[in-house]
Amino acid sequence: MLLKLIPAETTIGFMRWRKIGFAFSALLILGSIALVAGRGLNLGIDFLGGTLIEVQTDGPADLSGMRADLNGLGLGEVALQEFGAPDTVLIRIQRQPGEEEAQRAALEVAKAAIDERVVEYRRQEFVGPTIGSELQEAAIYAVLSALAAIMIYIWFRFEWQFGLGAIVALTHDVIATMGLFALLQLEFNLSTVAAVLTIAGYSINDTVVVFDRVRENIRKYKRMPLAELFDGALNQTLSRTVMTSLTTLIALFALVFFGGEVIRGFSIALIWGIVIGTYSSVLVAVPLLLYLRPRRGDEEIAPGEGSGSGPQAAKG
Amino acid sequence: MLQFPLWKKILIAAVCALGLIYALPNFAPSAFKDLPSWAPSKTVNLGLDLQGGAHLLMQVETEAVIAERLQSTEEAVRGALREARVRARGLGVTNGAVTFTLADPDKVDEVRDIVRDLDDEITVDATETGSFRLGLPDSAREELISNAIDQSIEIVRRRVDEFGTTEPTIQRQGEDRILVQVPGIGDTARLKEVLNTTAKMTFHLVDRSESVQEARQGRVPPGLDLMPSRETGPDGEPVQYYLVERRVIVSGENLTNAQSTFQQGRAVVSFSFDSRGAQRFGEATTENTGEQLAIVLDNEVVSAPRINEPILGGNGIITGDFSLQETEDLAILLRAGALPAPLTYIEERSVGPGLGQDSIEAGKLASIIGFVAVAAFMAASYGLFGLMTVLALVVNLALILALLSALQATLTLPGIAGIVLTVGMAVDANVLIFERIREEARNGRNPISSVDAGYRGALSTIIDANLTTLIAAVLLFAFGSGPIRGFAVTLSIGIVTSMFTAIMVTRFFVVSWLRAKRPQTLPI
Repeated sequence: MLLKLIPAETTIGFMRWRKIGFAFSALLILGSIALVAGRGLNLGIDFLGGTLIEVQTDGPADLSGMRADLNGLGLGEVALQEFGAPDTVLIRIQRQPGEEEAQRAALEVAKAAIDERVVEYRRQEFVGPTIGSELQEAAIYAVLSALAAIMIYIWFRFEWQFGLGAIVALTHDVIATMGLFALLQLEFNLSTVAAVLTIAGYSINDTVVVFDRVRENIRKYKRMPLAELFDGALNQTLSRTVMTSLTTLIALFALVFFGGEVIRGFSIALIWGIVIGTYSSVLVAVPLLLYLRPRRGDEEIAPGEGSGSGPQAAKG
Repeated sequence: MLQFPLWKKILIAAVCALGLIYALPNFAPSAFKDLPSWAPSKTVNLGLDLQGGAHLLMQVETEAVIAERLQSTEEAVRGALREARVRARGLGVTNGAVTFTLADPDKVDEVRDIVRDLDDEITVDATETGSFRLGLPDSAREELISNAIDQSIEIVRRRVDEFGTTEPTIQRQGEDRILVQVPGIGDTARLKEVLNTTAKMTFHLVDRSESVQEARQGRVPPGLDLMPSRETGPDGEPVQYYLVERRVIVSGENLTNAQSTFQQGRAVVSFSFDSRGAQRFGEATTENTGEQLAIVLDNEVVSAPRINEPILGGNGIITGDFSLQETEDLAILLRAGALPAPLTYIEERSVGPGLGQDSIEAGKLASIIGFVAVAAFMAASYGLFGLMTVLALVVNLALILALLSALQATLTLPGIAGIVLTVGMAVDANVLIFERIREEARNGRNPISSVDAGYRGALSTIIDANLTTLIAAVLLFAFGSGPIRGFAVTLSIGIVTSMFTAIMVTRFFVVSWLRAKRPQTLPI
């Protein structure tokens, strides 16, 4: 007996939910933009420059003691947090005024102040302001060029209506991911950019699969109302959509729980991206097509032309 | 889609076999060490975040090279003018050029010739009123800078080698940066200290005729330099200041050897000069017996002993306020040579061995759990076909490992995440196909025709979907750095291998099974 999470033939009327979907998405996007603009992203030292030290202490770390040691140094804002285990502490020191040399000096001064509490320096990083702004630039280029390249590919493979729908869904996912980072104030760093790009890849992947089926059905059933046709395509691909999202999520949850503290933020971003990417393919990209009206070819062809396998067209 | 010509079968088998063979050394590296060289023995290259080590990015301060070049021209001009008994005012370096004004404008032509003979690289602008401007043309500037960077890399390489670490990477990055990656180093503080010390050692005579007090108030006599002692008092201030002649008697370039040793219980550095250095040192100490000789390291006076007698053997000892480690480091620096320009650190990302090991373990655990969970889910959902997918997934993982080993790509922690993610996404192609087959079967097709139609219908979707993800991965590689690149690499490789396994390997399994069993219904 095989596990079937989605019944063989579903007839969910996705198109009926589109208004709710649009409203939800609009809220999500506006909220995300407001959060990113208002609260801002918690940019990590990769982009701002600054210093990061991960240390292991002998026994549970005395966070307040270490904080007192570090705050007395005049290094500005020093953030301490337990990192994965009680004896592991992550210390972030804000970018120091001055050039790159000042960042390195801050690292050494901070190490000296806590040296006797520390058993092992697990990680030490400092990023000079110049490198920080270069990385920021590279990240922006990476995201924009990825969006552009994907757009060009979609444009090339589909008609413009599909391209636009896919790009809207993709941008939707990217913005919503940034919104999540702003909301939870998760650190936004280089691996987050990697996560965002992976989300972009996944989101478009998911959209393309559904669009492929929509296009196929458009060719097959020239007279079927678009809403019904889209519902058919979504229902036919629903099982695949759910299966792939689930297998990917399973792998990602393994990373979150067992992959270690360093990549946890990255994995959480991806999980959110998979969820939102799946949602947007179904309730943003395809319903948008309804308004963009893809070309249906010769509208005069008689009904019954699309013989062969019939669609599980939505009845409701 | 159900036809497999012989060459295709052989190709699939060959790729799978090669993948397994190239992946194997990763599981028992020692067993593959003694095999002949043509046998695959390469293992995956672990990134610094996994094996621990220092990643240091340094910037060569090229401005300093130009400044130094101009300063030496200034010194040469000063000497030449003195020799020719020409008086000049305001000799110094301003706005990237050596400038001065002649007291007697009639001597412009004479001085122009003198200066030209001095240095043929320099451009000379002189006005009727006797003001001179000696500049460096752009070509000379560029050559100086490019030489300084090449030389810096060489010196850094020698210094890192002196540390005796395994497989350090030293490479030029961009215009004027040097990337140093040293795996397995625990304490980066000492490495950093040693790498960016300029270590320019020079010997100068100490001038005792002028007042140090006045010089400290800003009135440094021409031709002399005010230098602090290296030794500092309890307040962190230098214990003493010296006025030394700017003229260099001998410099570190003439050293042939330097060793850390002990003299009367104190850590000192002994050194030897080459023949030219020994000769000059001998002459200077003969002529100036009774004077003080300053040993200057990076503009600080390490010590200033009195010359009691001429030193002719070309050997000497540097004493100073040193710890044993400091003399060891100084000996390394003197042996490796001085940096032509100061280096500043602009980025460091170092990982201790403990975190590296933890990350490897976490990565392994997450991969295994992820794999098992996905495999179980696939088997539960698609039965026999699901098991075939799992088998193909094993091939897929082997291919990823094999490609990483063969290409000697670097595996980072995000790279491991990329592999785990690939495990999740790799089954997508199979899911697409199986769902399609289910659908075709529901529509009343017979098993063979359903499988055929399933593969046919899903193929273009698979290619479209994977290519878009591949685009994102390739761009990530182009713009990313370090660990992120590692992620992009495994993701890209994973996409390619998973397309191969889904379209070729799983299909081969399914088709072979169909031909062998000729089932009436599909177990899907």
